[in-house]
Amino acid sequence: MAVMEDVVKEGVDQETVDAVKTVGEKYKYGFETDIETEYAPKGLNEDIVRLISSKNNEPEWLLEWRLDAYRRWLLLEEPDWAMVDYPEIDFQDQYYYAKPASMTEKPKSLDEVDPKLLATYEKLGIPLREQMILAGVEGAENAPAEGRKVAVDAVFDSVSVGTTFKEELAAAGVIFCSISEAVETHPELVKKYLGTVVPATDNYYATLNSAVFSDGSFVYIPEGVKCPMELSTYFRINAENTGQFERTLIVAEKGSQVSYLEGCTAPQRDTTQLHAAVVEIVLMEDADVKYSTVQNWYPGDENGVGGIFNFVTKRADCRGDRSKIMWTQVETGSAVTWKYPSCILRGDDSQGEFYSIAIANNYQQADTGTKMIHLGKNTKSRIVSKGISAGRAQNTYRGLVSMHPKAKNSRNYTQCDSLLIGGNCGAHTVPYIEVKNNSSRVEHEATTSKVDDDQMFYCMQRGIGEEEAVALIVNGFVKEVLQSLPMEFAMEAQKLVAISLEGSVG
Amino acid sequence: MALTEKLADATEALITAYPAPQGEGKWATDARSNALATLRENGAPTRRDEYWKFTNPSTLIGTASSAAIMHAEEKPVFDDIDKLLVVFVDGVYRADLSDDLTIEGAAIETLQDAMAKDIHWAKDVYGVLEANGQSPVSRPLAALNTATATEGLVIHVTGKVSKPVAIRYVRQNTDTDVMVHHAVKLEEGADITVLENGPAAARFNSCLEVDVADTASFHHARAQGRDHERCAATHMFARLGKESSFKSFTLTVNGALTRNEAVIEFTGDDAMASVSGACAGDGAFHHDDTVFITHDAVNCESRQVFKKVLRNGATGVFQGKILVQQIAQKTDGYQIAQGLLLDDDSNFLAKPELEIYADDVICSHGSTVGAVDETALFYLTSRGVPKAEAQDMLVLAFMDEGIQEIEDEAIADDIRERLGAWVERRRD
Repeated sequence: MAVMEDVVKEGVDQETVDAVKTVGEKYKYGFETDIETEYAPKGLNEDIVRLISSKNNEPEWLLEWRLDAYRRWLLLEEPDWAMVDYPEIDFQDQYYYAKPASMTEKPKSLDEVDPKLLATYEKLGIPLREQMILAGVEGAENAPAEGRKVAVDAVFDSVSVGTTFKEELAAAGVIFCSISEAVETHPELVKKYLGTVVPATDNYYATLNSAVFSDGSFVYIPEGVKCPMELSTYFRINAENTGQFERTLIVAEKGSQVSYLEGCTAPQRDTTQLHAAVVEIVLMEDADVKYSTVQNWYPGDENGVGGIFNFVTKRADCRGDRSKIMWTQVETGSAVTWKYPSCILRGDDSQGEFYSIAIANNYQQADTGTKMIHLGKNTKSRIVSKGISAGRAQNTYRGLVSMHPKAKNSRNYTQCDSLLIGGNCGAHTVPYIEVKNNSSRVEHEATTSKVDDDQMFYCMQRGIGEEEAVALIVNGFVKEVLQSLPMEFAMEAQKLVAISLEGSVG
Repeated sequence: MALTEKLADATEALITAYPAPQGEGKWATDARSNALATLRENGAPTRRDEYWKFTNPSTLIGTASSAAIMHAEEKPVFDDIDKLLVVFVDGVYRADLSDDLTIEGAAIETLQDAMAKDIHWAKDVYGVLEANGQSPVSRPLAALNTATATEGLVIHVTGKVSKPVAIRYVRQNTDTDVMVHHAVKLEEGADITVLENGPAAARFNSCLEVDVADTASFHHARAQGRDHERCAATHMFARLGKESSFKSFTLTVNGALTRNEAVIEFTGDDAMASVSGACAGDGAFHHDDTVFITHDAVNCESRQVFKKVLRNGATGVFQGKILVQQIAQKTDGYQIAQGLLLDDDSNFLAKPELEIYADDVICSHGSTVGAVDETALFYLTSRGVPKAEAQDMLVLAFMDEGIQEIEDEAIADDIRERLGAWVERRRD
């Protein structure tokens, strides 16, 4: 059967079309690791919740917290407002806990980890050895000569396999470990912060996650500490019919700084799999957190068979004055994405930024965006979202900018562009704007005033029209964001640097 | 999906609150029963509907309350324009106060007369465009209107009508709950301007259906104002043929609650539509523009331009959507909603939406909210303009982008004059 090539309209950059095509073509991470896996019984009930809790040796309060969430979840209805369409999920036909049998006895160091697991990460380009991290990684020749250290927490199905550079980080006072370990070693911190940004009652998937989360990462950066290296978590789903429910909690104390990355992949299968994660970030005064995601879950094949359903709740709470959160996401994977990394700008002068590139190919559906909730005075937010749809994909930007009455003198600038490659896909924009004071200013891609005046002047002085100049500056900016992503996880993203939003539809 | 028991009860209560018209022709009876079925299927609007996220529909469906009548001394808007005047007093057509309905290029009848006939051209428009507009979001108040309204005009336009048909609403009672439904059908190449103004009722529900054939033009301007306490839900449904044009502008000042919905569908290529509005709200004022434009044809242009100036706790809402279907290549969609907040108590809530399934289109949408530009204010005051006056100048300039959407200069100037007077009356 001849494959119908989608006709691309004139004016769309060929390099962009090619780049999007490569991303959609062959899923590189679709292999399966053949290891013995230990499952909890299929289905979801209170016993499963208790089992997960006991596997992690959790204290009573956490079990109760999980059970409360579970009971609440039973009363909730699955949300249907997103522009995504997928078959009903049978929550009883899933495994909620799966771990490699070799992990039954927790390895004391990475040397004791099953070589097959280590090889899996090696193959994914994430060596779990404390070495110059770029060694052996594709694209290493482009890396800066001195290399960069990145500490990795590797989560395989429901458990963390290991965390690198723990000692070196501990010397700086930074706690970086799996959340199950943190529950045992730093219960007071977990208890103090868990569920304070995304409460267990937040939404259908976050509530489900609260009941059954099995592992994830925990980061604590003490006051005044600049984390000596980048931190990252690599999520790998391997087991079949298994949902992954990870929970990440990052606490950045006064004046601390950290850059955190997250990567994710899964084997290629004909059946869909569920991934419902929660990320909570707490920022105290002057804290600065950069959270980057390269989401590359298996997207399903070219006929829309299989793939990951990615229902994620991510939220940062800027509690302290002058704190700053930056979300950067490159979304190329998953059959269905439902994800809105948000910023609660509670502290005065706090800042939230959201940069997103979402590429949907074949039958992928992405409904993603952000919420900027301005509560404090002089708070600033910036949203730059680029959505590209190809094949039969649907890509939606959904966002909220809310200026509360007390958020005097706050600013928001939003720019979201969409590009369609071919005539069988869709691009949608659903922004909500709520302004309740008059000293704030909100602009949804309507004016050019927030683009750097000097840059504008430079371009226009050289005869480039205003609109073109804005496009140039914004595109250049996106490339900058992409290039700033760490090499290890961003090989896919690096390819996207070729992308231009020329010929956008809206 | 079946309604919950509570919603089904609320819907039945809403239906029984309005008596079913009797003794009408078959086409009318059919249209009404279809609308009732739609209403029963979708249910009355509730605060929980996404579609009513920013505006509470309860005052539009609960027990109608009374609203004081304002007796303004100034003459009504559009008074100086040469027109064919049609007057409705408390929602009832008054032949004694109206001009003769005969005019070249159009046949004008009252809805009541048309409904009494067994066969009428209005069967292709009345309730038909409204029914098309019930998906993807239901508009229960419009369905209710189709099912029960007995007053209004049906206008069949066959040529170029020399002067505007001006519908003027007059209120005499404080407790009025009025429904009016107009249906307009324009034949190929026809051209008409319809104006609406005046305080219609304490609670007003209006529906205007316009079927614009190929190459025809429909112009519409209205002023909603002059009664602080009233609440209104208005609906406009238009279907546009090839190379046709549709332009509608609304000025709103005052009113406790106003919800203006416009549902436009392009069915023929190369057509143009503009829906615009300027509103100025002071105090207990909630104003909502909800617009849904569907591009289902090639090379059409649509414009949505809305400007809202708000103070003393007033709220302005804009929900706009451009839907571009897969066949609608070369679409040019433009959407701008801007709020100017004159103080810290006012609110601006917007949802400018795009849904695009065609790749060779341009849809731009923008929304800005903020206070009066301090630099501009400083410029004016430094040149000796008193601050209050300077602010008014900036307010009027801000709203003018909306008024510029009106093609007829005389009408636009009349609107400008009204707005200027309103702003001046409220000068700090």
